Amino acid sequence: MDIIVCIKQVPDTTDVKIDPKTGTLIREGVPSIVNPDDKHAIEEALKLREKHGGKVTAISMGPPQAVVALREVYAMGVDEAILVSDRMFAGSDTWATAYAIGQAVKKIAKYDIIFCGRQAIDGDTAQIGPQLAELLDIPQVTYVTHVEPKGDKLLVHRALEDGHMNLEVPKPALLTAIKELNEPRYPSMGGIVKAHRDYQVKVWTGADVAASPNMTGIPGSPTKVKRTFAPEPKGKVEMIEGDSGAVKVGNLVTKLKDKNVVREG
Amino acid sequence: MVEFKINKDECIGCQLCVKSCPYGAIDMVDGKAVINEKCTGCGACVESCPKEAIKEIKEQVVDEGPQGTENMGAYKGVAVFAEQRGGEIKPVALQLLGKGRDLAEDLGVELYAYLLGSNVQELAKELIAYGADKVYMANDPELENYRTDAYTKVIVDMIRESMPEIALYGATYIGRDLAPRIAQRITTGLTADCTELTIDKETRNLEQTRPAFGGNVMATILTPNHRPQMATVRPGIMKHKERDPNRQGEVIDFKVQLGEKDQLIKVLEVIKEHKKAVNLEEAKIIVSGGRGVGSEEGFNVLRGLAEVLDAEIGGSRVAVENGWIAQDHQVGQTGKTVSPEMYIACGISGSIQHRAGMGSSKVIVAINKDPNAQIFTVADYGIVGDLHEIVPLMTKELKEKGLKGL
Repeated sequence: MDIIVCIKQVPDTTDVKIDPKTGTLIREGVPSIVNPDDKHAIEEALKLREKHGGKVTAISMGPPQAVVALREVYAMGVDEAILVSDRMFAGSDTWATAYAIGQAVKKIAKYDIIFCGRQAIDGDTAQIGPQLAELLDIPQVTYVTHVEPKGDKLLVHRALEDGHMNLEVPKPALLTAIKELNEPRYPSMGGIVKAHRDYQVKVWTGADVAASPNMTGIPGSPTKVKRTFAPEPKGKVEMIEGDSGAVKVGNLVTKLKDKNVVREG
Repeated sequence: MVEFKINKDECIGCQLCVKSCPYGAIDMVDGKAVINEKCTGCGACVESCPKEAIKEIKEQVVDEGPQGTENMGAYKGVAVFAEQRGGEIKPVALQLLGKGRDLAEDLGVELYAYLLGSNVQELAKELIAYGADKVYMANDPELENYRTDAYTKVIVDMIRESMPEIALYGATYIGRDLAPRIAQRITTGLTADCTELTIDKETRNLEQTRPAFGGNVMATILTPNHRPQMATVRPGIMKHKERDPNRQGEVIDFKVQLGEKDQLIKVLEVIKEHKKAVNLEEAKIIVSGGRGVGSEEGFNVLRGLAEVLDAEIGGSRVAVENGWIAQDHQVGQTGKTVSPEMYIACGISGSIQHRAGMGSSKVIVAINKDPNAQIFTVADYGIVGDLHEIVPLMTKELKEKGLKGL
């Protein structure tokens, strides 16, 4: 069972705070991490390899420093971790990103499953998985909570808002992982040592994956950012004062009544 | 996405942009800000610069790339994917029809609904009552359950036949699976989780606005050279129109053509979990708890207030990750986006992710021990205090005065 896992390095947005004076992001000390959903993808790939043999290859498209994320998943236990990196990919939207990753997957050529995380926490689009699957012309299952190989097929559970579906898909297939799929392992001490001692980053450029400059980066992106702007700030908060909790609550309820969000029943 | 450049002559070295960058992509070199290779083109820095020295590098892209759609002018109309499951139209489909109606009127074109399923004739009439001019109905036992491959094929066929300039999808577990697959197949752009959709009257382009980077920045995105322009919208963001049972429209019985390749995925079973569905997106009032709630039992305090107000219970990421409240209650960027009439945030510090999920609520009340909590920056009313004291007092006060929620 050969498995490719697509990962992304993201800023740990849960640690991002806002400067109350300037209203801008305080970035100092915000670490870059492996996107959380992608860790579940890695974990499932490793579990399948442990059970059924094969090879797990992690790939990441990103700037040179994304090698840190690849080293981390190498420490978790993947067999190979490849960075797909080239200035020509900069500014790619999801269509153009799927193209770039797709070119790398085509170069790897042999795979039974491609895993992605459901979505990355810095963009939240959840689009790369399905777009990559379509580009490779293989079936996809998103929001996966359970995977079980059965001959040349996979039995897969996918979550819905109000339950789940049990599906059967032929291999090769692309699956996107969510938190409910598993509990990602921590790298072992041995894994960490090995990652720092042995891991040699393999970098594939655009030319290495035979990417056309017209199909990726800014030229290859059907969507264009017209403008970015700060969201309209809300009016100033009215702090409810009072000598005691009860007085404050009384004052608050009066105001809520004036606003018609509470009313006499 | 785009690339940015800082004009050295205008840069005063204030470093505000360095702080604003979520990716650490701006360095100070000889007292001037310089964008490095970590830049992802998110644009968060542009607004931070007091001298407006950060500019987008304009690219000439018109004739490049995955070829723009041929014969773009032939694409007319606004289409909405009318998601239904088990014979029930999802509320988000009606909300999209509401927005789609406005867009179609701005453009002077028709509004289409794409309806897929088995025995869905009655639903087609509902879609007309909620604003559709034409319903493309694929009524076939093969479409009873959602399957990515079969649904993609049918909708792509519908798009090729009806040639809409805009196609909208709900950002549901199904819409987010389907829309990107379609976008890739027909080579067009797709913008996720839009909170605002407007028409540029001059170009007829759809202006798709979405929060970027946890709601700290808003980005307006265009798909200038491809049709249809596609977007997903989260449930609860748009408003549906009043149902008009006398509204007239046309139902087109669409012929389903599925090959073997469109049916690789087999549905073995659909399991509905018998939990009371948490309907945060539709809730008028939400009482929500965060770190300050402290425990699973702590949420009972909030439930008391929710009962009086007939409100739903929400939770922050911290509350969900600690197991105090189930995931389907989570509000925020990784949870649900809500816009109730009133949102009462109890013991929630108010990370940007959380605020991105509830910032558009009409009235926001924040209760927090920390007077500097970020939640107060989006609140209308704030009380500094312990929620375990304040919330029960509020429940009591409302009960004594005979007050209820909306």
